Amino acid sequence: MIPLSAYVALSAILFITGLLGVLIRRNFIIVLMSVEIMLNAANINLVAFSHYLESMAGQMAALFVIAIAAGEAAVGLAIIIVVFRGKIATNVDQINLLKW
Amino acid sequence: MSDFIVILIPVFPLLAVLINGLLGHRYSPELAGKIALSSVGLSFLCALTVFTSTVSSGTAREVIAYSWFFGGDLHVNLGFLIDPLTGIMLMVVTGVGFLIHVYSVGYMHGEEGFTRFFVYMNLFMVSMLLLVMGNNFLVLFIGWEGVGLCSYLLIGYYFSKVSAAKAATKAFVVNRIGDAGFLLAIFLVFVNFKTLDYTKVLANVGQLSTEMATAIALCLLVGAVGKSAQLPLYIWLPDAMEGPTPVSALIHAATMVTAGVYMVVRTHVLFDMAPIAMGTVAVIGGATALFAATIGLVQTDIKRVLAYSTVSQLGYMFLACGVGAYVAAIFHLVTHAFFKALLFLSAGSVIHALGGEQDLRKMGGLAKKIPITYKVFLIGTLAIAGIPPLAGFWSKDEIMAHAFVNHHYGLYAMAAIGAFLTSFYMFRLTYLTFFGTSRVEPEVEHHIHESPSKMTVPLMILAGLALLGGFIGVPPEHGWLHGFLAGVAIPIGVVPHEVSAGTLLGLMGVAVGIALAGWGLAHYMYSLHTKAADEWAERSPAVYRTLLNKYYVDEIYDVIFVESFKKIGRAWDWFDQNVIDRVVRGIGHGADSSGAGITWTEKHVIYAGLNVVGYANHLLAWSWRKLQTGLVNHYAAVIVIGLFILVHFVLVWLTGKSVL
Repeated sequence: MIPLSAYVALSAILFITGLLGVLIRRNFIIVLMSVEIMLNAANINLVAFSHYLESMAGQMAALFVIAIAAGEAAVGLAIIIVVFRGKIATNVDQINLLKW
Repeated sequence: MSDFIVILIPVFPLLAVLINGLLGHRYSPELAGKIALSSVGLSFLCALTVFTSTVSSGTAREVIAYSWFFGGDLHVNLGFLIDPLTGIMLMVVTGVGFLIHVYSVGYMHGEEGFTRFFVYMNLFMVSMLLLVMGNNFLVLFIGWEGVGLCSYLLIGYYFSKVSAAKAATKAFVVNRIGDAGFLLAIFLVFVNFKTLDYTKVLANVGQLSTEMATAIALCLLVGAVGKSAQLPLYIWLPDAMEGPTPVSALIHAATMVTAGVYMVVRTHVLFDMAPIAMGTVAVIGGATALFAATIGLVQTDIKRVLAYSTVSQLGYMFLACGVGAYVAAIFHLVTHAFFKALLFLSAGSVIHALGGEQDLRKMGGLAKKIPITYKVFLIGTLAIAGIPPLAGFWSKDEIMAHAFVNHHYGLYAMAAIGAFLTSFYMFRLTYLTFFGTSRVEPEVEHHIHESPSKMTVPLMILAGLALLGGFIGVPPEHGWLHGFLAGVAIPIGVVPHEVSAGTLLGLMGVAVGIALAGWGLAHYMYSLHTKAADEWAERSPAVYRTLLNKYYVDEIYDVIFVESFKKIGRAWDWFDQNVIDRVVRGIGHGADSSGAGITWTEKHVIYAGLNVVGYANHLLAWSWRKLQTGLVNHYAAVIVIGLFILVHFVLVWLTGKSVL
């Protein structure tokens, strides 16, 4: 039986991957994908604990996370398209109005 | 349900005030008159319902409209006390008030400010109803001030006339003196009883010392003397005749001026405890009755004769209160409301017929030309003079009998002489107005006409009341009125004298004799031997001139009070201008120059300092501003780092050891 720590470690690796992707990568699409990776890292965590604690609550939470991830992807892509049309930008660092 | 009707009584006129007062300019005066009239009519019907239920039950009840205000020990309701006394007053106020409203529609027809007139009249009705219906001293006081205000407004109805404006001011100022006394009485009542409700106050009167009861009663008396025009504050009432005649009838004869009598009877338990106050009431009443009657003898203005007659009759009511004959006082109040309203309104009808002429010397011989007015006026005269079986005879005789059987022979003599003078001057008025040769000016002569039915019908109804109204108090001491008022107006701790029927009949005979003697003398002087009046005046010019000038009381008051107050006022004016204003101006100049200095300091010192601070900030901020790149991932990185640090601290806090 695979120990719980293995799942937690996998989840942590995936989460850090996603986090670094969000922080470092410039392309919008990639940033969005990194966010999805982070969400799924959380999902693995939830399902693993659900199994080991024999409670359905974690799996239910994971289902909610998936649903929200779908919505987030839709909204995120929509924003990206609007930004692309308006400013012809595909990179995060081209959007820097959020300063003094 | 019936509580609701009680509250409706003052609400109807109040609604009419609001409607006519706020919207009156948008529609015709006729409609405004109809609204005013119907509101008083509805109020009368409600009052009639309440009155009949009071008659059948015979008990008092309180209706609380709402809790007005409270704080500390003071809790005041806007509440109404419905007992037999209030019932009688309600009938007089709304009944006579309604008749006078009907009359006014005819009398005031075509006058400028017709709507305004009815707004004031209805406001008066509201205030008067609050006055007689209130269940505590404060509601009474509100009504008291309200009727005073309306009196002021209506005396000054023709405000462009200087004399009217002055008379209104005089009435208001003189009433202030009385109101101050009344207010003091209310304060004293509150201090002693911690409540202002009649029922609670009058039930606990026993705990007062005689001195305190006397003080309260005397303060109340000051208020009553002001409002009811007794010596020495009667001077405003004759001048109040500047107002339109229906106003004189309603406010200055039938209702408002009787408020003082009502108040004394309402609080009679206090007076019963204070023999000194009672004596004062009786002496003031008797003296006023006689004093005003003597002035009435020689006046030449038809309304002023009636005004002095009102003062005199109010004196009788006070006299009755003072000898403990409260029922007789209320009885006379009721009959007086009937016949004096009748006299004033028919005098108004005479004035109306003569196109505004009020001088008796320019009247005469009108009996044939305005027969209805003549007949009702004659009924009024017979009633006030005390000719049986008209209303005034029963009530006045009862007052005089009470004075006599309680051994107040001096007061009885005053009342008897007053009654003789009353009879004389009233028949003098009748003879000068309606009999003899006409002294009317020729151009007025053509236009003499009987008044319209709107005016004559109320006159006839009032004449009926003056004829028969006395029978509510017949037989004397045991009439319907006496039984009805037994619970509220019988003096405490006084054993009624058992008087033989013979004495009472004898007193009645004397009263009739006095009345007839007055009539006879008037008949001799103004009908048989018309030169007699002038001859008497020539024979003792000093007396005649003194009476004609009303004992120079106005002049004496002018010298003693008005002028000295004016002097004090001028002195204060000087003090104000030369001392206080100078100090104020000095402070102003000081403030002005110091203000200029402060402005300079602010501009050149404070602002400069602030600017230095500002620029320093700016420089400092420039370096920190660089931190904000505007790039989302930089911010995200900061958030993540911050989150790590925060989680680390939380872990350290929870576990006590560092993870890193």
